[in-house]
Amino acid sequence: MAKILMKGNEAIGEAAIRAGCLNYFGYPITPQSEIAEYLSHRMPEVNGMFLQAESEVAASYMIFGAAAAGERVFTTSSSPGISLMSEAISYVAAAQCPAVFVNIMRGGPGLGGILPSQGDYFQATKGGGHGDYHLLVMAPNSVQESVEMVMRAFPLAEKYRNPVIILGDGLIGQMMEPVEFPDHLISEPSDKNDWATTGMDYRNSNKPNLVKSLFLVGNSLEENNRCLKAKYEQMKKEEIMFATYNCDTNYVALIVSYGTMSRVCRTAIDLLKNEGIEVGMIRPQTLFPFPEKAVQEAAWKPSCKVVTSMELSMGQMVEDVERVVQAKRPVTWFGVAGGIVSTPEEIVAEMKRVIHAHQ
Amino acid sequence: MAKVFQKPKSMTDAHTHYCPGCTHGVIHRLIAETLDELGIQGRTVGIAPVGCAVLAYNYFDCDFQEAAHGRAPAMATGIKRVRPDLMVFTYQGDGDLASIGMGEIIHAANRGEKFTTIFVNNTVYGMTGGQMAPTTMPNQRTTTSPSGRDVENTGMPVKVAELIAALQTPAYVTRQAVIKPKYIRKAKKAIRQAFEYQMAGTCFTFVEIVSTCPTNWGKTPLESIHWTETDLLPYYQLGDCKTPE
Repeated sequence: MAKILMKGNEAIGEAAIRAGCLNYFGYPITPQSEIAEYLSHRMPEVNGMFLQAESEVAASYMIFGAAAAGERVFTTSSSPGISLMSEAISYVAAAQCPAVFVNIMRGGPGLGGILPSQGDYFQATKGGGHGDYHLLVMAPNSVQESVEMVMRAFPLAEKYRNPVIILGDGLIGQMMEPVEFPDHLISEPSDKNDWATTGMDYRNSNKPNLVKSLFLVGNSLEENNRCLKAKYEQMKKEEIMFATYNCDTNYVALIVSYGTMSRVCRTAIDLLKNEGIEVGMIRPQTLFPFPEKAVQEAAWKPSCKVVTSMELSMGQMVEDVERVVQAKRPVTWFGVAGGIVSTPEEIVAEMKRVIHAHQ
Repeated sequence: MAKVFQKPKSMTDAHTHYCPGCTHGVIHRLIAETLDELGIQGRTVGIAPVGCAVLAYNYFDCDFQEAAHGRAPAMATGIKRVRPDLMVFTYQGDGDLASIGMGEIIHAANRGEKFTTIFVNNTVYGMTGGQMAPTTMPNQRTTTSPSGRDVENTGMPVKVAELIAALQTPAYVTRQAVIKPKYIRKAKKAIRQAFEYQMAGTCFTFVEIVSTCPTNWGKTPLESIHWTETDLLPYYQLGDCKTPE
């Protein structure tokens, strides 16, 4: 299929349809409202279902109900809306239902702003809602990658019966780029009749299915939490994705950056290279599971003197970078969180400063 | 010998966890009888609330989902929109539906979602230990209104059936009771009617049932029935608030 020029938000909506997800519940919030607007006319064209909920809270429970009934379903929102959905996300994770959430991040905390941010890293990777659970978190840095990650998200959600979240930002959502959609569906929906409320008659069974998150009796809560834990450990083994840039050189510094910020870093690395300064970059594409080994090995490369986490936040991912580098290299953070994305020149200046300081 | 009365096949053999004198068991039975009579047990999904009926799925022999506090109507919307061929009902108490879940029920009703809500109003939060609910009567003592509900401070009890009936979209809204056989017979008819409307895809259907909570009211089961008749039913009047045209 030929490339077409498309806005990130609309491409995300189209990607879900191409992945075989024909059910969308959502609630408008800037900077991702175009997803709902797009799907409001696109879903009827493909005999899909579009419903505008009365709130993010309601939308997220519509997702829960539909997912628990065994249907492929997704919703999209932006930071404050994801906070409201976090309650349901905890329930969906506990009840082990597959569902896809998209967060086109804006600045926070509070109402914050409507410009791009990566301030929800903690929320997405460490929890957000209550209890012991994780989301599988994917962070695209282009419209094309958003499409690929959305399409990948559905089979992953079904593989683990766990919510998957795409962590984009306002720039990814609002930007237009050439994009190509794979012609075929990535996967058929998985068998759900052994757990979902599909109706006993429809699955020729006389055993009811129950989807719940309350575990009062005996050791059942411990067992459920251990089951969830086992899934997260499996994700760490099988689902880590990352990209590298300029890592085949004897770089003196390593940048760890994801999403929009990683694109600026790429330009900065090219500028530094022109001046004879080699800097490498690891770009986590999954934030949970975090590419621990890749970051660690890249950081511990003998030529590398310092590791910098570049973020559109006041220092969130840097905690994971510090954790995996294990103090064997100095780890610094650089970032902005007011909605204005850093320029390549600012990143060049910062890298020169940290390289100088750690020579 | 011919069997003249038996447990509905849509009910399980589980022992009840409800308190003596509580009417949840009666309401459960009426729903199960309806599922049997309409032959829809195998394509029904119930949604349990947060509250005393959170374990309702232990008693129904059909698919069930368990909601968060007040969110059952949103989950029912999710199911019914993606699987219109399933019969869906939410089973909710007054703390769940009329307080934390007021937004979800009003909007589901106003969109005309094609599921059935059974709303059990016993004027208190039962499961958490008898706290004041939006439906608690004036001067009724609860653990968070120990001197009696002060309506100057907390407003008057919410008449949920009338509130929903004030919306233009929902078409079948009724209030019933289950404290005596004469009420039970009418309540059964209303529940069955609601499911029949759902089967026909007619409209959102809402059955409020004035119920008892002897434990948290500090009354015996008999006193509870008496108090329901003398104090609750004059305020929560029984009958249809709205029927399809």
